[in-house]
Order: sequence, then structure tokens, then C-alpha cells
Amino acid sequence: MKKITAIIKPHKLDEVRCALSEINVTGMTVTEVKGFGRQKGHLELYRGAEYTVEFVLKTKIEIVVESQNVDSVIDTIVNTARTHKIGDGKIFVAPVEQTVRIRTGEQGEDAI
Amino acid sequence: MRYLLTILALLPSISLANTQDTGDTAWILTSTALVLFMTLPGLCFFYAGLVRSKNVLSVLMQCFSIACVASLIWLIAGYSLAFGEGNGFIGDFSKAFLNGVTKDSLSGTLPEPLFFMFQMTFAIITPALIVGGFAERMKFSSVLLFCSAWLVLVYLPVCHWVWGGGWLAEMGMLDFAGGTVVHITAGVAALVAALVIKNRNGYGTASMIPHNLTMTMGGAGMLWVGWFGFNGGSAVAANGDAAMAMLVTHISAATGALTWMVIEWIKYGKPSVLGVVTGMVAGLGTITPASGYVGPAAALIIGLLAGIICFYCTNLIKQKWKIDDSLDVFPVHGVGGILGTFLAGIFCSTELGIFSGYGFGGDNSSIAEQLQVQLIGIGATFAYTAVVSFILLKIVGLITKGIRVERDEEIQGLDITSHEERGYNL
Repeated sequence: MKKITAIIKPHKLDEVRCALSEINVTGMTVTEVKGFGRQKGHLELYRGAEYTVEFVLKTKIEIVVESQNVDSVIDTIVNTARTHKIGDGKIFVAPVEQTVRIRTGEQGEDAI
Repeated sequence: MRYLLTILALLPSISLANTQDTGDTAWILTSTALVLFMTLPGLCFFYAGLVRSKNVLSVLMQCFSIACVASLIWLIAGYSLAFGEGNGFIGDFSKAFLNGVTKDSLSGTLPEPLFFMFQMTFAIITPALIVGGFAERMKFSSVLLFCSAWLVLVYLPVCHWVWGGGWLAEMGMLDFAGGTVVHITAGVAALVAALVIKNRNGYGTASMIPHNLTMTMGGAGMLWVGWFGFNGGSAVAANGDAAMAMLVTHISAATGALTWMVIEWIKYGKPSVLGVVTGMVAGLGTITPASGYVGPAAALIIGLLAGIICFYCTNLIKQKWKIDDSLDVFPVHGVGGILGTFLAGIFCSTELGIFSGYGFGGDNSSIAEQLQVQLIGIGATFAYTAVVSFILLKIVGLITKGIRVERDEEIQGLDITSHEERGYNL
């Protein structure tokens, strides 16, 4: 099992969610987050005064999937969240040792 | 017999001037409410949205408290010193505490208590405008002390010079609704205050983004509506003068807003909400002194110039001079007031074709003569306000042991450190 953490542009969330549902991803956790990458925030102009907004608003999606599905999930996220403009985000993949469904007590891949 | 007929012929006009006109009274009652609406809640929201969330209450508190203090000063002696006979420089104390004024007293065709109230709303908004110059860093005690003393020593004399029969009125200076009395005085005081109190911590490096532009947009809308009372009410009658003043006010506001928007669009690639509302305020402030003397075509030119000149002055003061007039009071109100007072001297002329106005003031008979008077008024008001404001700020600083809050208090925000409250508990 792997955990895929994707940081994407907030307005891409609905599109990514729909695309993931189509490849049978059954659940995800979404968080509104702030951060910056290589772009180092962005500039906003107020009456001619430039302010650097260092932490840009992003959406974090966390999904746990069976290991063999990782590539298709990554491809789906990349294809739907990509705008070709700076700030499209990042995807991180990490191993998951155990999953438990609290209601039934099921464990491992059955609990995903 | 001939003399008797002449006297009889004059009687209707004499009795008219000494009789209350219910139409005029109704309109000025409305205008009074509209002008107070500009400060409470218009200016309050306009300013509150422009500061950071940690200072939202402090700005609201300052505007609100100034409204209360200014009202009492106006009652105690303000009205009398501004509109009492006195001399060319200042009125007298004959109507202190509205001595001798009853509900039956008249000022022209209005009940005098109403004229008192209408003018009071101008005395409220003027010091409240200055708050934008020192927002986010002045002690609350200093704010109250400075604004009270400033109202007495700057606003009242200038009001008397221009509207109370003072020396500028004698010269025929044109300031219909307060370009000089309100906007130049407030703008210059804000600039001087910004220079004396110095820039906010982190100005130019830290992010000082307006915390709620929705609030600012709402406040700006209230200002626009309230301005109809400000300028339309300054006709002090329900007549064509009021209607035309309202019309030119609207045209100038719309033109100023669109001008600022287009400049931003060209220069920065995107038109901004803050830009469009700032252009609107610039258009309103600039037409104010001219609003009773010019026609709609001139209002278009005035709004256009307001948008262009106030935009570049804002950038000049912020980017080149690095002066932290926090909410841009001087470049928008001060420059707008100066520009409008100057342009009133041109577009009041009856000889400019479609751009003509309604004639010169006093004994002036040409644009050159009128402009000379306008420039004397602008220069005198600018210099007097700057000097007195500077001295007052220094004295207030001594009394309150430092005009500015401590650095830590400023970083933490004035809502908590000055008022022990938060604007938002979400």
C-alpha cells in the first residue's frame, strides 16, 4: 500500500476528484493548505504597492491505494491538475504499513 | 408712491428669504443623514477593509469616536466659531452651545438646528478622513487629542475663511462642498501625520495587504451614495443647483473610477477592485469644490483628470517618496481637493461652450482672476494646515508621552493592545 500526497491548485480539485473516481479510487482526504515552491509565492498589487504573498493557497489530497495502482493514480492527477503554468503542484508517494477500517476492523488492502 | 410700490414689490422676496421652506428643509434633513452615512458606516468600512485584520477594530473605533467628539465640539463652540460673525479669520462665541437658537430659528430657508446638523456632519468626516494617514500605529489617546485640537485649530478657521464669510469668501473663492475645507485640510494633515509618526514597521518589506476588500467595496458604495448629500445638499436648497450638483458628482465619480481602472489595466495587465473604487473616491473628491459651478461635460473632464493625476500621485508618494500615508489620504483626497479647487476656477467660466459653468465668484470676471483666488485659497489652506498640524502632532506627542504605540504593540495589532478586543473570532 502507498500513500499518495498531491499538492494541487485549489480550482483543479473537482476535476481531479472526478477523474480519480473514474479509475475507482474510493476515498481521499482533502485539506486546504498554504505553502510555496520554487516560485517563492506571488506578487499582488494594491494601489500600485507590490506585496509578495509568500504562502500561496493550495489544496492537499491524500489517497491510500494498492501499490499496483500508484502509477495510474499519479498519471490521472498529473493529467488533470496540469495547467502548464508555474505552481501546478507536486506529488509525493510514501509507503503505508497498515490500514484499518474502524467500523468493521478490516485490515490491509481490504480496508482501503 | 413710487417708493411705496418698490417696497411692496420687494416684499414677497423678503418674506420668502425669512420663511422656512419645507422642500428645502426636507432635502437638507435627507442630506444630513446622507453625509453622516458617509462616515458611519461608509468611511468606517472603507478604511476597515484596507487595514490588516489585527487593526480592523482600531480604525473603526477611531472613526466612530471622532464622530462623537466632533459632534460635541461642534455644539460647544465649533458651529459658532465657524459660522459666527467674528472677523475674517475666525467666527465668535455668540452661538456657543447654540445660544439663542430654537426650533423656530432660521438660517436662510432652513431651521437653524438643521443647518447646524448639516454642517456638523462635515466637521465629523474631515478629521475622520485623517485616520487613514496614521492608521495601524497611533495611540488611541493621541488620535482623540490630535483630532479634537485639529478640528478647533484647523477645520474651524478654514471653514470660516471659505464658508463663514471669512477672507477667502470675501475674495470670491469657489468651494461648493468642501474641496478646500474638507479634502485639502484632511489630505495635508494626513500627509504631515504620516511624516511625523513615520512609516509602519516593515513598510516596504512586510506584506500589508488590505484584509477585506469586500468591506472596502461596500464602504466605497456607501461613500458614493452619501456624496449626493455632501454635494447635492451643499446647495442648501431643494432646487436645480442641488440637482445639477448631484448630477455632476455622479458623472465625475463614474469617470474617475473608469479612468483608474483603465490605467491599471494598461499598466499592470489587470483592472483591480481597489483601483476602481479608489478612482471613484478621487472623482468624488475632485468634483466636490466644483460641483455647484460646473456642468456635466466639465464633470467628465474633471473625473478624467482626477483618475489620472490621483493615480500617479499615489504611485509617486508610495513608490518614489516611500511615505507611508497608510490609506492614501493625501494622494486621493488632498490632491483631488487641490485639483478640483483649481479646475473649479476654470470650468465655472460661462464662455467654454459645452464645458461652461455658471460664472465666477465675487467680483472676479475672468478665468485668470478666478484662478488667482483659487490658488491663494489652495496655498493658504495647504500651508496653514501643514504648519498647525505639525505643531499639534508634536504637542500631542509630548502630552501622551509618544504619539506612537510601542513596536511590540504595533506588531501584535492595535485591536488587542489598544482595545482588548478582536475583530474576528472565527
